[in-house]
Amino acid sequence: MSDLAIRVDDLGKQYRIGERANSYHTFRDMLVGAAVAPFRRISKSLRGEQFLDAEETIWALRHVNFEVRQGEVLGIIGRNGAGKSTLLKLLSRITEPTEGTAAIRGRVGSLLEVGTGFHPELTGRENIFLNGAILGMKRAEINRRFDEIVDFAEVEKFIDTPVKRYSSGMYLRLAFAVAAHLEPEILLIDEVLAVGDAAFQRKCLGKMSDIAHEGRTVLFVSHNMSAVLRLTEETIVIEKGNIVMRSPSAEAVDYYMTSGLAQTGERIWQDEAINASAAPFRPISLRVLDNQETMAERVFAKEGFSVEFTYELDEDIQGLRTGIYLFTARGEPVFTSFDTDDPQRYDQMAVRQAGRHISRCQIPANLLNEGTYVLGVNASVFRVQSYFTDAYALTFSVDGMGVPGSQWQEPRRGPVRPALHWEIVRTEDQKS
Amino acid sequence: MSGNKAVDTTDVVPITRIQPTHGWNGLNLGELWRYRELVYFLIWRDLKVRYKQTLLGASWAILKPFLSMVIFSLVFGKLAGLPTDEAPAPLFYYAGLLPWVFFQDGINKASASLVAGRNLITKIYFPRLSMPLSSVVAGIVDFGLAFLVLIGMLVYYQFPATKAIWTLPLFLLLALITSLGSSLWLAALNVAYRDIGYVTPFLVQAWLYASPVVYSATMITDKSLQVLYGLNPMAGVVQGFRWAIIGAGQPDPQSLLVSVIVALLLLISGVFYFRRMERTFADVV
Repeated sequence: MSDLAIRVDDLGKQYRIGERANSYHTFRDMLVGAAVAPFRRISKSLRGEQFLDAEETIWALRHVNFEVRQGEVLGIIGRNGAGKSTLLKLLSRITEPTEGTAAIRGRVGSLLEVGTGFHPELTGRENIFLNGAILGMKRAEINRRFDEIVDFAEVEKFIDTPVKRYSSGMYLRLAFAVAAHLEPEILLIDEVLAVGDAAFQRKCLGKMSDIAHEGRTVLFVSHNMSAVLRLTEETIVIEKGNIVMRSPSAEAVDYYMTSGLAQTGERIWQDEAINASAAPFRPISLRVLDNQETMAERVFAKEGFSVEFTYELDEDIQGLRTGIYLFTARGEPVFTSFDTDDPQRYDQMAVRQAGRHISRCQIPANLLNEGTYVLGVNASVFRVQSYFTDAYALTFSVDGMGVPGSQWQEPRRGPVRPALHWEIVRTEDQKS
Repeated sequence: MSGNKAVDTTDVVPITRIQPTHGWNGLNLGELWRYRELVYFLIWRDLKVRYKQTLLGASWAILKPFLSMVIFSLVFGKLAGLPTDEAPAPLFYYAGLLPWVFFQDGINKASASLVAGRNLITKIYFPRLSMPLSSVVAGIVDFGLAFLVLIGMLVYYQFPATKAIWTLPLFLLLALITSLGSSLWLAALNVAYRDIGYVTPFLVQAWLYASPVVYSATMITDKSLQVLYGLNPMAGVVQGFRWAIIGAGQPDPQSLLVSVIVALLLLISGVFYFRRMERTFADVV
């Protein structure tokens, strides 16, 4: 594998989910089972096996084969729960595969989540060294790059302040700065751009494109399609634990955004596709409804339509907001809107009570251009916690029949095609 | 090669092979050595953070054994009138408490270290051994501070240093091996079974009474019982500390040998068990 950086052969990872449904026949069986189970578990654990037997298992990843050349920047896209993160976890050796092999040439650095290993009581300076060591940097290496890291993070003044006093922006900048100054031959990046404000995201993106152009090998997992298009040449699409496509990024993104991968009209979340970190928030479904109130994957721009997000809260959540993201098929954002954007509504809904809720949003007529759109959802408490995000939950298409200007058979540029009020005034009589 | 990492010697750039491992993993201590700076930083973090936002700060390292000594002297020395090997009761108890507190703190912190560090384990790869290892080793600093008090007490009681004082580091090492060995078992088990978190305090308490901390080992006179007693390495450690400091109750070489063997077995089996369970840590924790 002289010019290969990574070679993955038939890699697979099996997870066990939940416990086997118990089927005791009698009360006595149950008692005996309860008495024997701990011993069986202990003896199993001593043999290094996991303690759940014969219960349901799920292949998070299976029969995965691919190669990455040295210096290549490869994008990895797929729905939530498709196995992207599992793949990176296997390659960074956080967890072991169940079958198959992977060979990696060179030191691997991973940016799986910024700020992991930061200790709130330690100062910025101390955390740089600690975090650097955790990420595998040598002390000399950190010393050499220390100023650069502080500079990038823009925290010079607070470098000797405990990071628990940092604003969330400062914290993120510092965390990203440490990770971004790693110098491994191979860098695995997972969704680091999903955090921070716009300016910070731009800066991160800039840094990442520097890294990509330095000739290092990068695997880049993201839901941000424009970042994938910008940073990578080739992209693989993962669906249900398999690689379904590998091609130039533009094609892969196009395929992912418009094919059946992103479901059309309706999206229902199965429990296993939801991260545990979402609790107590549980997304149920997202639907696009036409003006007849029926689920539709194709709506008419001239009629308007609505979007219905159904979810359940296992506990009350203070300050929760749920909202939608709208993107074009190429991943360019169109707009973001939250159900408590109206300040009065926000005050009324200070606490969202446990139970099932539907947040419904009316999209006015004559707003969108014809084409395919992608809808995403988010549930979060501003600056406190993001419970759930699925930026590409479903796709739907907009039919331009009868929209303003449709008497001319021509494509119009831009994702919106609003009906705007025009005046045409004649200011001067024609000279005769 | 059942291990996770094979280094291609023909090339400068290392090639990592990732594949399922079966059976017992190799120890792969070389990798732990490559990550020695991480161990150092984890120890340093432990020390830095431990007494942050406490009123008395690092003096807790001294107060813990010191206050225990005061209580033991009052309850077991004065009230129960247990013999203290002709030494002043405070000195007798403090000499036994020094290694005991080191052992107990190590086991408490290290057995919880993996669960406490679960966000690291699920996000980043590093040799997992470094977590319990650094928790136990960090205790040496506290031990050093508490030891200064012992020196003060020796001066106060005008107690001359014994000839056996040089053996102290060896007994400390035995305490470290015992603490690390049992912590590796407990830490690895704790990942899968949180029961261990509840069991550990009882285990440590039972262990306290199985070791001659509140009483003198010289009270056990039956020779065959002494060898049996040696099965508890901490008995040898505590007895050895007293002998090295106040000169009474020389440990029986035979039972000491048993102690050393048991401690080493505990450590070696602990490391192997830990390495075996390591592959599922990130999935289970």
